[in-house]
Amino acid sequence: MYRYDEFDATIVQERVSQFRGQVARRLAGELTEDQFRPLRLKNGLYLQLHAYMLRIAVPYGVLSSKQMRKLAYIARRYDRGFGHFTTRQNIQFNWPQLGDVPDILQHLAEVEMHAIQTSGNCIRNVTADQFAGVAADEIEDPRIWAEIVRQWSTFHPEFSYLPRKFKIAVTGAPDDRAAVRVHDIGLRIVKNEAGEAGFEVWVGGGLGRTPIIGVAIRKFLPKEHLLSYLEAVLRVYNLLGRRDNIYKARIKILVQATGGDKFAQLVEEEWEKIKDGPLHLPKGEIDRIHRYFAPPAYEKLDDIDPAFETAKLENPEFARWARTNLVKHRVPGYAIVNLSLKPEGGAPGDASADQMDLLADLADEFSLNEVRVTHHQNIVFPNVRKRDLFALWQRLKPAKLATSNLGFISDIIACPGLDYCNLANARSIPVAQRLSRHFSDPRKLDDIGELRLNISGCINACGHHHVGHIGILGVDKQGQEFYQVTVGGSSKDDASLGRIVGAAFSEDDIVPAIDTIINTYLANRTDRSERFLDYVRRVGTDPFKEALYGPAPARRTAAE
Amino acid sequence: MAASQMVTANRLSDGAVVYFTSGKDWSEDFADGAVWTDKESADGALAASEEAVKARLVIGPYLFDVAVTDAGPRPTSARERIRADHKPTFEPDQGSWAGPIAE
Repeated sequence: MYRYDEFDATIVQERVSQFRGQVARRLAGELTEDQFRPLRLKNGLYLQLHAYMLRIAVPYGVLSSKQMRKLAYIARRYDRGFGHFTTRQNIQFNWPQLGDVPDILQHLAEVEMHAIQTSGNCIRNVTADQFAGVAADEIEDPRIWAEIVRQWSTFHPEFSYLPRKFKIAVTGAPDDRAAVRVHDIGLRIVKNEAGEAGFEVWVGGGLGRTPIIGVAIRKFLPKEHLLSYLEAVLRVYNLLGRRDNIYKARIKILVQATGGDKFAQLVEEEWEKIKDGPLHLPKGEIDRIHRYFAPPAYEKLDDIDPAFETAKLENPEFARWARTNLVKHRVPGYAIVNLSLKPEGGAPGDASADQMDLLADLADEFSLNEVRVTHHQNIVFPNVRKRDLFALWQRLKPAKLATSNLGFISDIIACPGLDYCNLANARSIPVAQRLSRHFSDPRKLDDIGELRLNISGCINACGHHHVGHIGILGVDKQGQEFYQVTVGGSSKDDASLGRIVGAAFSEDDIVPAIDTIINTYLANRTDRSERFLDYVRRVGTDPFKEALYGPAPARRTAAE
Repeated sequence: MAASQMVTANRLSDGAVVYFTSGKDWSEDFADGAVWTDKESADGALAASEEAVKARLVIGPYLFDVAVTDAGPRPTSARERIRADHKPTFEPDQGSWAGPIAE
């Protein structure tokens, strides 16, 4: 893992001291709320529905056990005993008191954490594939590049007041687990014909009220030019992006208005001026960062572990968990373990202080001290020996951390919604809870197969509803919560945006409506190999419309 | 007829939801909040509530609509109904938002 150097430690400590002074001045009346608001937002402190909310950065989703333990401490000492892992691999605390926040930031600084780049119109905390460095299908480890981007982007003076927020994601594997096509910039590590690794650069993707799949503006960027190229993209955006209308200020609007080819040309022209300047990455510097992410001391093991195989045979529940929640590790004898934060009836992404402490202890015992956070709001233990899996599972189960539902319909992405969020129009979490109870039977989950269901409580789309195989968007109709449904979205290599099936459903009708959609799929798929997403792509939305709203003539009559 | 209105804000120290009372004070209890049935009174209350902003007690006071029923006033929007409860609508599972902040 990356360790802070003296510069990192200094700037984070200075930021804590500055914010302590700003909070004191606010409480003393020397700063008005209008003056204080941009300062608190630069430190991740929002004012939400019931209280302040502190969003803490987890750069590219990587946490040490020590850091996880500190988060548990903060949850217990300064909040109400739990935290919420977000769709940007961060964690949010929902009830901090203003006067306590400087102390919380001081605690975080002690374990090389902070809340910088979690709000405001800057380059936000970089996200990455949660299996970085351990995935069997990986070309190269994206953490090195995410860290280099972090160092370049933190407090970048030219890009501290962009037209809007700016999100960068990096993936190092052909299977895109970082949703790069729906980010402001998405970086895919690819190999060219000579076998050299570099970046395919996507720009102008995003969700929110104007969902757009990005465009690839460069098929291959040599690695040493990453920062100069990113600087060129940001510079073009910073100069030409709209500042007159907040809803048209993201880079996606600029890229669409300019055209992908023209935008790429503008970037290339800017890049030519700076590519061999100070941002050219020397090999020594790349190697230095690389060393931080050197593989841990793995044991030399056989890939097939007899004890693991026996445990699966003897315990069907464990066998199911092993089938659904494990991912192939690049090192023989090890597994990547997904820990679902979506227990039946739970709030997606929430973890209690006790669970966080347990995760820290288990990471020390079983995962070489490391934890990952996923943008699906789950936790990953990246380095578990197969022979330890059964023991780990037994420890996870009583803590409700062994739900076997990764990638199934109950593995729901949900934003905090109107239960917490000042921007939301409708609640997300209670809908997710009801759906997870409705779809809790493992046999039913197996029958439905791979299905991503994402819920957002408003058009800002923090719950990524546009790219759910099924998406649910909460809307407000005269003070009542309603839910619009889309089908056919994907955030992966085959990225697509969901299509609306029809009129929104009431709070009471939304779960039966999703049930109808699922039953329509189950009754009409060609066979079990046709996934829900495949079915939608084959038949479109008509079968769902008919099942939900009646035959087409009746729908027309109803509309008239 | 214009809807009845109340004034709400968030407390500066902890962000808690508070309501402006007829005694020009602030209360966490929705039932303590004053209800104004005409626009002039509501606007006057909002203007008076700004004193608490200057005094660093609250942030961002605003008016919201309530329906006056036999059981008392009730916010017309889901957002204000949830704010009035001071907590999420679902039962806590892993954590406990209902509990006090540990000391």
